Order: sequence, then C-alpha cells, then structure tokens
Amino acid sequence: MDPITTSTLCIGGIGLASAAALSVAEKYLSVKEDPRIAKVAELLPGVNCGGCGYAGCADYARAVVLDNAELTLCAPGGPACAQALAAFLGKAAAALEKRVALVLCCGDDTEATRRAAYNGITDCAAAQATAGGDKGCTYGCLGYASCARVCPVDAIAIRDGIAVVDKAACIACGKCVAACPRKLIKLVPASASIHVLCSSKDKGPAVKKVCGTGCIGCRICTKLSDGAINMDGFLAVVDYTKPLTNEETVAKCPSHCIRKDGAPDVSASTPNS
Amino acid sequence: MEYLLLVISAILVNNFVLSRFLGICPFLGVSKKIHTALGMSGAVVFVMTIASAVTWALQKYLLEPRGLDKFLQTLTFILVIASLVQLIDIVMKRFAPPLHAALGIFLPLITTNCAVLGAAVLNMKEGFGFFKSVLFGFSAALGFALALLIFTGLREKIDRADPPRCFKGVAISLVTAGLLSLAFMGFSGLVK
Repeated sequence: MDPITTSTLCIGGIGLASAAALSVAEKYLSVKEDPRIAKVAELLPGVNCGGCGYAGCADYARAVVLDNAELTLCAPGGPACAQALAAFLGKAAAALEKRVALVLCCGDDTEATRRAAYNGITDCAAAQATAGGDKGCTYGCLGYASCARVCPVDAIAIRDGIAVVDKAACIACGKCVAACPRKLIKLVPASASIHVLCSSKDKGPAVKKVCGTGCIGCRICTKLSDGAINMDGFLAVVDYTKPLTNEETVAKCPSHCIRKDGAPDVSASTPNS
Repeated sequence: MEYLLLVISAILVNNFVLSRFLGICPFLGVSKKIHTALGMSGAVVFVMTIASAVTWALQKYLLEPRGLDKFLQTLTFILVIASLVQLIDIVMKRFAPPLHAALGIFLPLITTNCAVLGAAVLNMKEGFGFFKSVLFGFSAALGFALALLIFTGLREKIDRADPPRCFKGVAISLVTAGLLSLAFMGFSGLVK
C-alpha cells in the first residue's frame, strides 16, 4: 500500500475508533443530572459572587434542588429571585429584604488627617498591620481598596481616599464586609436612606483632632430620631430595624456625619476645622 | 540512578516551561490564583502521564511498523490525546466525582496543550522505553507544576505591590517570568 492510503486509513481509523468510544461512553457512562438544576441556574443572576456560600451559581442551583438549601441565600437576585425560585420549585417564599453594602466612614482626605506617609503595598490589611495604619483616625477608612479588589461587580470606588459603594451596582454578596480589616462595611437595608457615616468610638475632642466630619457623640440625633439612632459609647449608631425618616437629623448633625443618600455633601460648604 | 537523573533533569534542568518554553499559555493564563494553579497542575500531571503511556504504544505498534512515524506523529498524537482526555473526563465524572470536581474545567482545557504534545514527541525523539516514557511524562509535568506554582506565588505578591505604571499587569508578569527562567538556568550543568 502506498503511504497516502496507509496514513489516511490510519488517521481515519483512529478518529472513528475514538468517536465510537466517546459516543459509547457518553451514552452509557454519562451522569444524568436533574433537569431542574439547569432551570434553577437560569433563574439565578449568574454573577458567581459566592455570597450564598456555595462555589458559584451552578453549585447553589444544585444545592437548592438536591439538598433543600435555603432559597433566600442569593443576595444579588434579591427577593425577586427568591420568589422565582419558590414559584418554580413549589415552595413557600420567605421574605427577603434587599440589602446593600455601606462604608461607615465619610472622613475622606479633605476632612480626615493622615498621621504618616504610608508607601507600602497597597492593601488595607498591610497598612493596618504597619503601626495601625496611616490614618489619623484609628477607626476610619484607610482607602487602600482591599474591598474594591474583592468586589465581583466593581461597585466600590475609592474617592478622595475612602471607599464609596455604588448602591445601584452593589449585590450585597458580603465579600467587602469580610475584606475590611477595620470592619467598617455593613450590609444595610437598601430602603434605608439616612446613615451615620462614622465608626469612631472616641470622645468628641479626640475625634475632632483627626477628622472634620466624625461623630462627636453630641446625642442631638438620638433625640430627633424616635429611637432609630442610639448611642454606642460616643458613637451614634442607626438601628435599621426601626424606620428613620426625620431629615432633621441630617441637618442638625454638627459634624455632618449623618448623610442622606443622593443628597449633596453638606460638609463641602463648611471650612475644614 | 539513571531514573533519578531523568526525573531531576525533567523537573529542574530542562524544565518544560522555563527552559524548553512549552506550555506558556497556561503558565501565564492560570497563574493568577494559587487555587486555580493547583487545579491546573493536577490536571497536567494526570494528562501528561497518561498521554506518555498511550502515545508510546501508538508509536510502537501502529506508526513505526508502517513507517508513518516521520510525518504522521503530531497529527495522530493530538487526535488520540484529545479524545482520550474527553473519555477520561466522562469516566471520571461518573466514577470519581471528587477528582472530577478538583480538576474540573482544566482537564479539557489542556487536551491539545503544547507541553502535553511536547512530552509525547520528546519521548519518541529520545527513544525511551515504556516505563521511561511514563516516568519522563510524569516528571516533566511535575516540573511544569513547580514552575506554575512558583510563578503564581510571585504574581500574587506582585499584585499587591505598587510597580511603576508602565509595568503594571502583563508587563511585570513577563519580566518576572523571564527572571524565573534565568534562575532555572542555574540548574543547567547539574545533570549532563
């Protein structure tokens, strides 16, 4: 036989044999998956953030169908997703409120002082480990973007040296909450619009020394808020289980650390102290 | 002793990635996180060992007797390795789900990887016997895994550093890969 025929037969034979082996294997050995898993995966948002605790949306879909996992674990999908899952699987939907991440610090570089020039690796945990961080305030946002780097949807930006969450883009997966070495980020209900953007538990004079817009513990807001803002030591903290609508709290806060979403920055007009 | 030399030479001296420059795409592509690098390394070790064994048999009993090994080698090897890996993927999913979950996506990704093909072709060029072929494939894959894991470790650190702007991203990665390759040149002369 001439080489052309031999080689054609050889390659053709190998290809045919492989194809036969593969189709036999596919037919007799393939794992049959519950068809509902693929359907459930389609109902999920598909961002693979891992916020539910499973390795991506496909894994969560599997857990929902096979292991009766909770339907409300998907933060990006929110209540709509939970209801769609419940409707598809014929289960009762539990209530789930949409939440967003919030950085509880508004002391950007125009307001807060830095007590040292840090030029190590750009990572908040590393900065924190270097003599407690370069920020004057030991509670405030360091601004080295550790949270922004873990965010699967790029909803966090660093503005003037502090992290700011884009409320519309946030999917509340909670990765930034875990990444922040100063525990500044909280998941809050998306419906809440008035926040105390400070985490400093120091006394008023100590706060004033390092930040122009930190909570000084004056308690004015607690009197105006009908129990929705309470004091934790020298820090006003919003209780998100109670409604907080009184916008007077925003106007009356002497250090302008109570802010309303979407409202212009009130402190911008006041001179830096 | 001979086998030991073969192993050391394949892992350190003639490292597949850093001296022979094979398998550069996974080397640069999946070296962002240690976790994925580990999965990739596992898959490469697995595929390369099996591919070495199968291609040896193919060469010995099919190609050589018909005088086809001079020009049909590459085509045949790619075809057989690719379908073999697909087959293993199916079988593994059925009988060893944990292993399948660990290697996962990387298994089909490397079916036609140049490092895998390179190991098979080199085996034939050196005229290794069956056992030596498998050993060579296995240790070459270990060398690949070693280079990949070292490089991933370096890149994870570099990601957090603050290089000059013109070096950010791929540029600094390529410089690092070059330096790593230079470092591995230090092993040359260890085995003749």
